[in-house]
Amino acid sequence: MYQYFYDLTGNTILATLVVAVFPLVNVLIVALIGVYLERKVSAWIQDRVGPNRTGPFGLFQTVADFVKMLQKEDATAKDIDSKLYNIAPVLVFTGSFAAYAAIPFSSKLIGSEAEVGLFYVIAISSLVVGGILMAGWSSNNKYSLLGAMRSVAQIISYEIPTAIIVLSIVMLTGTLSLDKISNMQTAYFWNWNILGGAEFGITKFLLIPFMVVGFIIIFISTLAEVNRTPFDIPEAESELVAGYFTEYCGMKWAMFMLSEYGNMFAVSAIVSILFFGGYHSPIGYLGNSLGVEWLIPFEQAFWFLAKGWLFILVQMWLRWTLPRLRVDQLMSLCWKYLIPYAFVNLIIIGVISLL
Amino acid sequence: MALKTEHMVLNMGPQHPSTHGVLRLELEIEGELVNKVTPHLGYLHRCFEKHAEAMQYNQVVPYTDRLDYLAAIGNNFGYALAVEKLLGIEVPERVEYIRVIMAELQRIASHLVAIGSNGADIGALTPFLYLFRDREHILSIIEETCGARMLYNYIWIGGLSHDIHPDFVRKTKEFCNYFKPTIVELDNLLSYNKIFIERTANIGVLPVDTAINFGSSGPTLRGSGIKFDLRSDDPYSIYDRFDFEIPVGKGLMGTVGDCWDRYYVRIREMEQSLRIIEQAIDHIPDGDVQSAIPKRIKPPKGTVYRRVENPRGELGYFIISDGTVNPFRVKVRAPSFVNLEVLGELCKGYLVADVIAILGSIDIVLGEVDR
Repeated sequence: MYQYFYDLTGNTILATLVVAVFPLVNVLIVALIGVYLERKVSAWIQDRVGPNRTGPFGLFQTVADFVKMLQKEDATAKDIDSKLYNIAPVLVFTGSFAAYAAIPFSSKLIGSEAEVGLFYVIAISSLVVGGILMAGWSSNNKYSLLGAMRSVAQIISYEIPTAIIVLSIVMLTGTLSLDKISNMQTAYFWNWNILGGAEFGITKFLLIPFMVVGFIIIFISTLAEVNRTPFDIPEAESELVAGYFTEYCGMKWAMFMLSEYGNMFAVSAIVSILFFGGYHSPIGYLGNSLGVEWLIPFEQAFWFLAKGWLFILVQMWLRWTLPRLRVDQLMSLCWKYLIPYAFVNLIIIGVISLL
Repeated sequence: MALKTEHMVLNMGPQHPSTHGVLRLELEIEGELVNKVTPHLGYLHRCFEKHAEAMQYNQVVPYTDRLDYLAAIGNNFGYALAVEKLLGIEVPERVEYIRVIMAELQRIASHLVAIGSNGADIGALTPFLYLFRDREHILSIIEETCGARMLYNYIWIGGLSHDIHPDFVRKTKEFCNYFKPTIVELDNLLSYNKIFIERTANIGVLPVDTAINFGSSGPTLRGSGIKFDLRSDDPYSIYDRFDFEIPVGKGLMGTVGDCWDRYYVRIREMEQSLRIIEQAIDHIPDGDVQSAIPKRIKPPKGTVYRRVENPRGELGYFIISDGTVNPFRVKVRAPSFVNLEVLGELCKGYLVADVIAILGSIDIVLGEVDR
């Protein structure tokens, strides 16, 4: 994408800016739609109507909320560590925003075609942890501190099973580039990694059960990484009021929310790239059959967004169905079950791929 | 220099999402582990007992609504029974039947809030809203009859404020039919949910002797496996005519007397309330709902203690009459207040998250604790 804009404008700075603005706009859109959907989905699940006053079907509810956030007075508590307090939301937001740089939305719509895209995404999203700890510590509030400690412990623990499953995919595909991983699962849905990838013969069928297990593990651990129910312990509303961002208000609070929804889409995107073919269509392209080349990237973007939002809907469905785990149960789930199973899965996939 | 460590003191409440009102808990914690819980009361103190001394007997009734505001009919009921005993009057059959049906409807409504908020504290928000939807049916039925949805002022001394609405019987039957499958749905959604069981089974175990020593009552006591229900053990009104069971905690998912048992007892109690309603609804006799008592109630000198089984436990009214139109003293034995005392014992050695689950399973109403 950078190359395209560079050719168009002939100016490196302008091209960089345009490319950088795209993920930012995307995060905002994701958050706007995400918050609206969360409200509507929860309303449908709970036998309610949901927002229906602001615009048609309440569509502008989030916009109205956003405007309210912008206008709000930035009230801060006494005795906060103001430097850390002000940096924290920026850092958290940067972490989730920067991850979008490497996510391929379609074959033409990629911020950066970095060879180490997957590694970069996992690394940069760890910035969030620092921000959360800063927010909890600097707020000078015991609830914030407890929330931050829980959150950090949770995110760091659950990064391990995520990384192991990612490793098994990398082992199979032999690349860290998100674009290349997507391209290996091109054509039809039976080439998706969850169905054994583009392998042939017995290997493919041997791989399927372990890929499904891998998908389940990574889906559970990404749920925990973005602090969604049943793992929303850091924000556990009924225990810790609002967790690490209890003391924040206005736009700073909104940045935490933006980053939460940004993260939700980012992890959904990663899961769909690793297991569900990324931006590739499961049923072939209309552009190919019609012979219209330029249609293909748009179709790819459609499929990518569809897959991402599907996972977000599943996350919402879980959130409004399940109670939340306790902090020690959460840790034991990770260390006693997910990590050992993930390791076994990694070894078995390794052995199968050698066959 | 030796390092000194001290426990962190966490102040939970009075403004906190899950202290069920304005309870303030002072938690002494070590990391997430709770060493000591000290409840601080009095944020909702309204001098009910002192107020009652300045009121005439019948004027106290609306104040009783505000004790356990989730089960206002039960409060009215207890007070009316106590004054009637003091006066030595009998109320008509029709009144007795309507009182029992209303009290049982109220019990279901109250348990729905208790169960729902217990679940919501643990993170299950959807069952909470489902139960509020079901509670709405009960509130509408009662609203049609007495015009209020929460503080009814319905059961008066010697009778009722209004006769039942013509649709009352039909709608109550409809509700019973509607509500039975809902309990099954609730069981599937929450009671047998793996995560919910993990969070409540073996948590906050209340042993039998502790429960008795602290004077617990209601589902808190029955959760520990003791079959004690004033409706059958000290029958008042016409409860001895109905056939119902007293569910007790059996430790199905863990230890007898854990949070899950207390929760489950409430669900099974709702079924028994339905049974009582179904037995009573078809047999409401005709008659007047205001028995002949004077406008100015002037009981003879004496004392009376009358206790009823409210959704949260044994609600007792101790009234001293000095022969004037005002009661000399009205003392309330509030079940929530007594049940709350056991909290300190229950929470020791559990995590902060468990305190919320335990508090929810005791199910207190601060209006009654502070009075």
